[in-house]
Amino acid sequence: MTASGNASRKRSRPGLTSPALQRAQKTLAAPAQGWAGSHARCLIESLGRMHRRWLASLLTALVIGIALALPTGLYVLVKNLETLSHSWQTSVQASLYLADGTTEGAGKALAHRVAERDNVESTRFISAAEGLREFRESSGFGAALDALSGNPLPAVIVVSPRADMPRAGVTDLLDTLGKQSGVARAELDQAWLERLYAIVSLIERAAWVIGLLLAMAVVFIVGNTIRLDIENRREEIEVMKLLGASDAFIRRPFLYSGFWYGFAGALLALCLLGVCFLALAEPLATLTRSYDGALDIAGLGWRGAFGLLATGIALGWAGCALTVNRRLAAIEPR
Amino acid sequence: MTDIVAFKDVVKRYPGGKMALEQVSLRLARGEMAFLTGHSGAGKSTLMKLIGLIERPTRGQVIINGTNLATVKRRHIPRYRQRLGLIFQDYNLLYDRTVFDNVALPLVIRGLGHADIARRVRAALDTVGLLTHERKFPVTLSGGEQQRVGIARAVINRPYLLLADEPTGNLDPALSTDIMRLFTRLNETGTSVLIATHAIDLVERMGHRRIALDHGQLRAGAA
Repeated sequence: MTASGNASRKRSRPGLTSPALQRAQKTLAAPAQGWAGSHARCLIESLGRMHRRWLASLLTALVIGIALALPTGLYVLVKNLETLSHSWQTSVQASLYLADGTTEGAGKALAHRVAERDNVESTRFISAAEGLREFRESSGFGAALDALSGNPLPAVIVVSPRADMPRAGVTDLLDTLGKQSGVARAELDQAWLERLYAIVSLIERAAWVIGLLLAMAVVFIVGNTIRLDIENRREEIEVMKLLGASDAFIRRPFLYSGFWYGFAGALLALCLLGVCFLALAEPLATLTRSYDGALDIAGLGWRGAFGLLATGIALGWAGCALTVNRRLAAIEPR
Repeated sequence: MTDIVAFKDVVKRYPGGKMALEQVSLRLARGEMAFLTGHSGAGKSTLMKLIGLIERPTRGQVIINGTNLATVKRRHIPRYRQRLGLIFQDYNLLYDRTVFDNVALPLVIRGLGHADIARRVRAALDTVGLLTHERKFPVTLSGGEQQRVGIARAVINRPYLLLADEPTGNLDPALSTDIMRLFTRLNETGTSVLIATHAIDLVERMGHRRIALDHGQLRAGAA
């Protein structure tokens, strides 16, 4: 833009003819255009070369695709388990066992006070007598209970924390409530949730480890493919070196091959994940229905898909870059 | 003016002790054409490789176009080779590319623009008489035609020195004469030419200076 602006300004001056200017512009523009053109040409050329051996290239890309799809699938699983466990956490309730001898009135008043708190959704007071009746109905220990002289059960306040509270907040709330006068013990029934969290974090860690291993595998697969490619084109590389091609020039098409392998692999990984989602669609729909549709199953999403493509390209490029310099240096014309 | 090629007491000993060149001193004037002759193993190819920086001398100096090659670092070799025109016995063409693309390669390597390349490739193909063959693949051409593609590729960068190693080694006498005439024509336009060959009778008919090597030693035609 600037060059053409200068040219039009200069054109009005005497002594500078327009053909001379055009020539000057051409010489200025030629190397840049040549450089960018050379990159564009390499990009297309390496794709064309892969197309000519499409089956071998497809198989390589497929292996890369599987290697990328596995950790990505695990990542999606972990993400869904995390949202799931978070939504389950909202159904967690705390039980405040009241001290013996607390009157029903005092218990109700306490339940009312607790319900006033910011981070509490609701409370329900269950008197000792009510508790005994519920237990008698649900446990089937009626006869055994009759044998007891008094009511062994304490009065209970069931506290439902606010749904959007973080896990640590619930624990803090429990601590505070446990110290209230008249409360003998506060308990959170969430041992199973703790286990779920542990399992999710285990799967997450496993996804990272597997991801790392498979990323290394992709780097080596691409590296090895490029190594064979270089070996097959040894003569061509020798001729290019004799004609004065720089290492950068010879390296370029191979680097672009690495780019394409990574890109194609990631694209195939996306396809594989799509097929997996289709295969899981029906049982997932059943599961969602059983939760009254409250279950929100998320896929990879646009950001995830772009991330996967970028990762694939980066790994392909890296695998190529790690191989190509060493291999090309070993090839010298004789 | 300075010489285009100057060897000063050049010794080349290959790893393993084989003596390829012993105390060779010779000069090629700018614009001159000369033949380098000798039996196989006399050191012709070694001499060519020293000029092309494919090998480095064990001792002595090789000065090309005023540049002492000992001062050319490895990373500058590509740039140096771009100004040489190398021609090979087995043509060294790329067989998966058309004649046009083969000839264009040195310009592509230098990063020239499309229009420039097309114009210069056609001019070079015209020089060697293959203008109508630009879309063909090298395998469909005869040996003589393939070598002319190689020559077009060598001259397209307007080199100051054409270096041909047994350019007619795979060709019959009639074709060889054609190729040699082509070299003479290129030389007449000002390019210095050095041709290694053992086709003695052809050399004698052409009437240019003859540099004779024998067992790595210079026998005749040093300057």
